[in-house]
Amino acid sequence: MSTVSAQIDTKVVSHEHHDASGDTIFGFWLYLMTDCLLFASFFATYAVLFMNTAGGVSGKDIFELDFVAVETAALLISSITFGFAMIAAQGQKKGWTLNWLLITFCLGASFIAMELYEFTHLIEHGNGPQGSAFLSSFFALVGLHGLHVTAGLIWMTVMMIEVARRGLGNATVTRLSCLSLFWHFLDIVWICVFTVVYLMGAM
Amino acid sequence: MSHNEIQHDASHGSVKTYLIGFLLSVILTAIPFYVVISGDFSKATTLWSIVILAIVQIWVHLKYFLHLNFITESGRANSFSFLFSALIIIMVVGLSVWIIYASNAMMMY
Repeated sequence: MSTVSAQIDTKVVSHEHHDASGDTIFGFWLYLMTDCLLFASFFATYAVLFMNTAGGVSGKDIFELDFVAVETAALLISSITFGFAMIAAQGQKKGWTLNWLLITFCLGASFIAMELYEFTHLIEHGNGPQGSAFLSSFFALVGLHGLHVTAGLIWMTVMMIEVARRGLGNATVTRLSCLSLFWHFLDIVWICVFTVVYLMGAM
Repeated sequence: MSHNEIQHDASHGSVKTYLIGFLLSVILTAIPFYVVISGDFSKATTLWSIVILAIVQIWVHLKYFLHLNFITESGRANSFSFLFSALIIIMVVGLSVWIIYASNAMMMY
């Protein structure tokens, strides 16, 4: 019995330096997995409804792939700039962390700006979410992803203030790691969005 | 590279791994857009190529950006919880599509 507890003790000690932060990050990862299920049900809804255009526009009429390619590029580049921010944060380089976070924020903000432009453009031409089941599910799915990115941008602003004021302590780096998971996760969701919605829609 | 460094790289990533992931993602994004915009290929080829490239790109993101692995303890926990979610997602999306399209077919034809 005492051997067992001694073994457990050494295990606890050797893992102590990242124990609490590791739990936090794993907990956040589990949240992201449940978020996956939310997106999955929106994707299922879209897959079921996308042909029901009620005599209105279909994906082929409204999707502009050049525009979507630029949106995709903005989000993809923001993924690698966030990666560089994390490397700077782990190296305790405060200035570089803030710079990379700011670049990531600008790329994310331009993505949202483009998406808002696309949505207003559609609504102005009478293709709002009330137009057909296809448009409703399109606005719901792409809008849900856009809301997540917006939440990520707000979180990023808070983190930039925290890093600027308090530096890169353990708790701050853990929070940045969670945000990094969130941001990369949204990029994966976007891969599914541009493949299922835009590319398949424009085929 | 020592065992510790491998573990460190697996759970955090380095400039190199991020750049590899980014380059692969750019290629894996550019090809499906080109295939659809050019319209040079048959519908079945286009559909299969964009689906397969999307799956490969998701794998690239999981490995190089989210650092999923089976080497570290936390990497394994994350990987298995992801695999479980992936199973549920396939069931939710796949079965919904199957049920609704089958009932559509029965009602209309």
